[in-house]
Formats: sequence, structure tokens, C-alpha cells
Amino acid sequence: MDKLIYMDNSATTPVKKEVLETMLPYFSEKFGNPSSVYSLGSQSKVAVEESREKIAKAIGAKPKEIFFTAGGSEADNWAIKGIAYANKEKGNHIITSKIEHHGILHTCEYLEKQGFKVTYLDVDEYGVVDLEQLKDSINDETILISIMYANNEIGTIQPVEEIGQIAKEKGIYFHTDAVQAVGHIKIDVNKLNIDMLSMAAHKFYGPKGIGALYIRQGVKIDPLISGGGQERNRRAGTENVPGIVGMGKAIELAYKDIEEKNQKLIYLRERLIKGILDNIDHVRLNGHPTNRLPGNVNVCFEFIEGESLLLSLDMEGIAASSGSACTSGTLDPSHVLLAIGLPHEIAHGSLRLSLGDFNTEEEVDYVVEKLVDIVARLRAMSPLYEKVKEGK
Amino acid sequence: MYSEKVMEHFRNPRNVGEIEDADGIGEVGNPKCGDIMKMYLKIEDGVIVDVKFKTFGCGSAIASSSMATEMVKGKTIEEAMKVTNKAVAEALDGLPPIKMHCSVLAEQAIKAALLDYAKKNNIEIEGLEDFDPTEDPHEH
Repeated sequence: MDKLIYMDNSATTPVKKEVLETMLPYFSEKFGNPSSVYSLGSQSKVAVEESREKIAKAIGAKPKEIFFTAGGSEADNWAIKGIAYANKEKGNHIITSKIEHHGILHTCEYLEKQGFKVTYLDVDEYGVVDLEQLKDSINDETILISIMYANNEIGTIQPVEEIGQIAKEKGIYFHTDAVQAVGHIKIDVNKLNIDMLSMAAHKFYGPKGIGALYIRQGVKIDPLISGGGQERNRRAGTENVPGIVGMGKAIELAYKDIEEKNQKLIYLRERLIKGILDNIDHVRLNGHPTNRLPGNVNVCFEFIEGESLLLSLDMEGIAASSGSACTSGTLDPSHVLLAIGLPHEIAHGSLRLSLGDFNTEEEVDYVVEKLVDIVARLRAMSPLYEKVKEGK
Repeated sequence: MYSEKVMEHFRNPRNVGEIEDADGIGEVGNPKCGDIMKMYLKIEDGVIVDVKFKTFGCGSAIASSSMATEMVKGKTIEEAMKVTNKAVAEALDGLPPIKMHCSVLAEQAIKAALLDYAKKNNIEIEGLEDFDPTEDPHEH
């Protein structure tokens, strides 16, 4: 194939044309500061509020419960630190899971240094958090439960509704990092008893550098960024108006025809998984077999290492990612794959292919075909595979 | 991230495979860390007449193995002993800092194979007295 085959939609997505078009005027002719009193400013203010309404509607929230941030990591940092600091008189214990994004994990580790206590819940072989362990971990000091909606590496969707119910019964705030879920799964924050939810526009065909934190009305939370009175005194800084406008358009498009889009994505996902499992031996699917993100495929190929796999795919014009040591710049394999119980040597050979709205069946078949050759070539070079063939 | 030379050796690695009647075999690395190199040497009259490798690892591990085999092929044992990790990395037009351990593994794989040869033939190779093939080059 001549063109790039992009199968890394969980890393980021392209900005859709319609999204870009709605953003463009706000860089130039409609450049006003939303806080200014003249009409150029109020024009921007209106655009920001319209976008806020679209985002609120998409997750069943009220517009005044949506606060714009510079992305998913800021939203995660704000939720965790903001709740911890605002409620420290009440308690100092936070519950999260071992497979969270580093936006959560590193923030929790930071708070541990400040004297907070954090419980990191285990997950089962599919990456689902242990609800019994969650109930058992709750104590009088617990002020926050933060569990991701869907995992960025293996795609597993968490029992968010059950967690929300447990949190509600115990009167503990529940935050969910829904960066991988928003725009891809239908979400109703009230039905699910979610108190805070993080999202990022670039995961659903919106621009980078813009995200939001949903904060249920009445939740006691400190600001993360201090300064001017934007975002109802909760998040200072002049609004990223083009980004906000783009995010609003993107979320509107994402939830339009979501059932049809997901039907197509799941079809492609299953075709890709079947193609890999049927044509390559010593391979395993990571994550939940069915309860996973519509576009997520994560597999481990034994006896080969993830980075050489990615380089080989890149040589064939295929963009994918790996939770492998070498790509992340550390020598440790993915914390998610280790948490689901994979041994180090197998976790090193992981590959994530994340499908999006622009992928086709032809591309899926091409990737399977190329993977068969690449895996065979790398295994022919691998001293580990040689031992298996000899039955050692 | 990688030099053209690294990518070229990754795309077309030299001397991949095994030597059935090898005179020296060295295996270094650890699957837990994500890289293992196995080096096979055929030695005649103190000269490395053939060399093959197998590697489980990232792009730079494969390229480093390939380059190292090219650097020792046709060389005397003494000359092969002078192939350092730095020389391997330089021959590849450099490696990213986090990947330098790959060139260390390549140097160790050659030395481990030479040590195996020395033991099998009851000889001593200058410079291998204190060599420990199980030493971990990773800076954990």
C-alpha cells in the first residue's frame, strides 16, 4: 500500500475536516478574549459556552459541571490533587488501580510523598479491577476512588457502574479517567454515579492541548491552576477558544451515529484479532475478549521484542504502538501487562493496534499479512524461538 | 531516533543464523530485560573464519549484533578482543544513550563466545581473565 496505515488511534487521532473548519475563524478574525466586554470578546464567550453545552449533553451532565483543561493529564492531576487537598481534613486515603494511566499513577505517587495513603487495586487476567478488594480497601479515611473507564493499552472496560454504586453508598467521591472512552462509548454520569470524569479532545478527532474535567455540582475540590476568574474561578487562564470550539464539534460528531460506527469498528477489530490468532502461533490476546474498546487490539507475540516489531511495521508503512520497554524509554515492560500477570519476557513482545473511523477492511487484511511475515522473520533471528522449536 | 546505519543493519542484518559445529558459542543477556544475544564462532589457526548470531531484542540490539559480527569476521582472536562496545556503537554512527547497553551486549557476546572457545581448548585468552558473561550491562 502506498499510503500510511494508521492503527494508533488510542495514541491520538487526526482532527476531522469539519472540526478544523469550525476552529479556524477563532484563530484569526474571531480572536477575542472571552473575558473582554466588547462584542469581539463576547463572541468568543458564546462559542465557549456553546461548546460546553455540547460536551455536557454528550455525557449527561449540566454545562456548569464542565471545566476546560489543557488535556487529559491536567484533568487527572486536578481531580486527584484537588480532591486530596480540599478534603484532607476528612481523610487521607485514595483508592486507584495498578493499571491506571501515568497521569493518575504518578499523581498518586506524588501525593504519597505528601503523606497521603494510596491503595492500588489488583486486576484479573483480563485487566478488570477486583470489586471485593475495592470494598475491603475502603476505610474511614477514604476520600476518593479513581478508576479508569477503559484501559489505554489493553482496552478493557471497567465495571464503572458497580464502582459508582459502591462509592455512592459509602459517600466517597468517584473519579474516572475516561480519556479512552469519551467519544467511543456512551456515557451517562448520573446513571453511573460518576462525580468527576477526565477527557481529552484529541482522542476523538479533536485537537490536541484541550480537554475537560466534569465535576459534579457540590463536589468539594481545590483548583489546580490559580490566577484569573475563568471557568467560574476554578481553572485560571485565558480559554483556548479554538481548541474548545473544536472539542465541542468533535464530541458532537463522535456521538452522531455512534452505534453504526462502533458496529463497523468491532467488525474490523474481530477480523484483525481472528486474522492474527489464526495465522500466527505463540500469540495471545491481551485484555477482555469482548468487554473492550471497540477499536482496541492488543496482542503479545512470544520470542520477539516489541520495538523491533514496531520498526518492522513502520518499514511497511504501518503505524502502531507497544507497551514495550524500548519505546517508553525505560527498560521495564508495561505496568499494565505485568499487572494482568504476564511474565516480563512475554510483556516485552506486545503490540497495540488501535483502529479508528478511517481504517478499512483492506487495511486490516494487509496488516495481518505483513505481521505474519514480520513475526516469522524476527523469530528466525530469535535465540528464544530456536529453543522452543527444539522442544527445550 | 536511530541512525541510517542502524536502520540499514536492522533491515538487512549480516550473519544471522547458527554454526552447527561452532568452536565457541556465547549467550548473554536476559529475556526479562528484553534482550538476548547468542554468538557462534568458527575459529581456525587463531582466526575467526566464520561468525553467526541470533538476537532477541530491539532494533539497536539486532543492529549491534550484526555490526559486531562484521567487525570480528576474518580477524584474529587478539584483534576481536579489541572490538569494544564503543567501537560497535561508533561503527553504527552512534546509538541513543538509552540503547548503549545493546553495544555492550554485543561486545560481551563476542567475549563470551571466545571464552567458551578458550575453555573447550584449554587455552587462555589475554583480557578474558576477569570477564564475567553473566554481568548485567543494564543500568537499572
